Amino acid sequence: MHIPTDCLYTKDHEWVKLENGVALVGITEFAQGELGDVVFVQLPAIGTRTKQGESFGTIEAVKAVAELYAPISGEVAEVNQELGNTPEVINREPYGAGWIVKIRPVNFDGEKSELLTPEAYKDLTSA
Amino acid sequence: MRYIPNTPDERSAMLRDIGVTSLEDLLDAIPHELRYNKSLNIADGKSEWEVRREMIAMANRNISAMDMPCFMGAGCYDHFIPAAVDTLASRSEFVTAYTPYQPEVAQGTLQVIYEFQSMICELFGMPAANASLYDGGTALSEAISMALAYTKRRRVLWSESVNPAYRRVAQTINLSQGIRFDTAPCKDGCQAAEEMAMLLGDDVAAVVLQYPNFFGIVDDLRLIIDRAHEVGALVIIVTDPIAMGILHSPGQLGADIVVGEGQSLGNYMSYGGPYLGLFACSMELIRLMPGRMVGVTKDVDGRRGFVLTLQTREQHIRRDKATSNICTNQGLVATRATFYLSLIGPKGLEGIGIACGRRTEYLKQKLKEVPGFTVPHKGPHFREFLVQVPGTAEEFFEFMTTKGLLPGVPLTRLGMSDERGMLVALTETRSREEMDAYVRFARDYAVEGKR
Repeated sequence: MHIPTDCLYTKDHEWVKLENGVALVGITEFAQGELGDVVFVQLPAIGTRTKQGESFGTIEAVKAVAELYAPISGEVAEVNQELGNTPEVINREPYGAGWIVKIRPVNFDGEKSELLTPEAYKDLTSA
Repeated sequence: MRYIPNTPDERSAMLRDIGVTSLEDLLDAIPHELRYNKSLNIADGKSEWEVRREMIAMANRNISAMDMPCFMGAGCYDHFIPAAVDTLASRSEFVTAYTPYQPEVAQGTLQVIYEFQSMICELFGMPAANASLYDGGTALSEAISMALAYTKRRRVLWSESVNPAYRRVAQTINLSQGIRFDTAPCKDGCQAAEEMAMLLGDDVAAVVLQYPNFFGIVDDLRLIIDRAHEVGALVIIVTDPIAMGILHSPGQLGADIVVGEGQSLGNYMSYGGPYLGLFACSMELIRLMPGRMVGVTKDVDGRRGFVLTLQTREQHIRRDKATSNICTNQGLVATRATFYLSLIGPKGLEGIGIACGRRTEYLKQKLKEVPGFTVPHKGPHFREFLVQVPGTAEEFFEFMTTKGLLPGVPLTRLGMSDERGMLVALTETRSREEMDAYVRFARDYAVEGKR
């Protein structure tokens, strides 16, 4: 199970990585494995305000639908348009081309403590 | 369905197994004051023959469209039904309550639904339709739920010219959701764009219009639709499939969701049901579609096959996140509609539409000439119009039934205040003789000084 060390995680299996002040968000390899073949992602509109722990969209696999929970509060700066045509990229590259949204954080440092370190997330998923 | 009797001996054995002596002991946990402490008002058992006789006697007290020419509509119509519809739809393969979850044993059922959906899409001018809902009122209610879920707004704006019965259903179902319903008033039976625009705002989830509307008028809705879209509201159009043979489809007008009652399509009036809710929407909304949907796919050998699709929208998977808790459809009623449409064809549907329009125009003009009768709305009317009668519509109704006609639906029966108002409907089955008789009796009624 691949758990990149340059990301932080949520207990709902999202990952978040800060790049030049913008937070890149996706779901983990563990999450895509649990879901199975992803067929659709309902993305938020650009400019949508996210709140840590609250749903900002849904991800639909062949036999299940899951909510996407925001790892941090902020504003959606960009969404991965590729997911419209090829949502399965989430299964193939959950930490790369399968990213879901970019969020401009409002209080990253303050909210960081709510997130899991790679070690803590590894404990969570191997439990 | 199997009939499994439940004899006194069997009941005793079950109670014994549970460890109680009587049914009363079993129900002991329910406090007495919470129980229905009266005996049920149900007669003792009867033989099959006695029951049949009693039911026939009861049914005979009703005046049906078989007994008298029926000019009643307001959401349910006396259209012609080709005999082939009954014959085909009564085949046992179609008369099944089985849910087609296993495509390998339900290809026939699934294909019928797929054809049904395709026809509804074509009629409504929309890209996607579901397998049907319970009736027109439910379909409107579900369309509103969909708009609320999609826009995340809490206000609904509907026209006074939307069937009041449908509006009541939608309000009842959405009762606990804290939704605000605003009604835009009509002028001359039409929905004026200005009146509606004044009530619009960026908190409106859906604008609901009916076309042809409740008063039978074919309204020009384009301006209102544009205004609704400008503030980000979805447009729901309640329509009638029979009218689609001669009118632009709601899809062409720019509707986001189109709903309607499909009873007119090869189904009997049946004393109010079972009916057929029609529901179609844009691709944008397809993942919020309530109920069932059938899609076409290929099996491992590349052969065409039909399956229930986009199931992940449904409440057995999405639970509290699902848009709707409806997980069934009106299979047999939809099957009849499918056969009806395939027998009638596009040309036939157009012919029926023209015939309805002509008859409506004929009776409307004739009634205008009867003293004391007024037709308040200019139209154009499709299959129904409002007439105001001398006295009250209920008195007129009583009078006409003694003459052997079912003259229309008094508006007061739908909770409206217009005591003189009567909605008169004309399907292709109304003959010249019947219409002329209607006018003759209306004159008699006027002359006899009814008020």
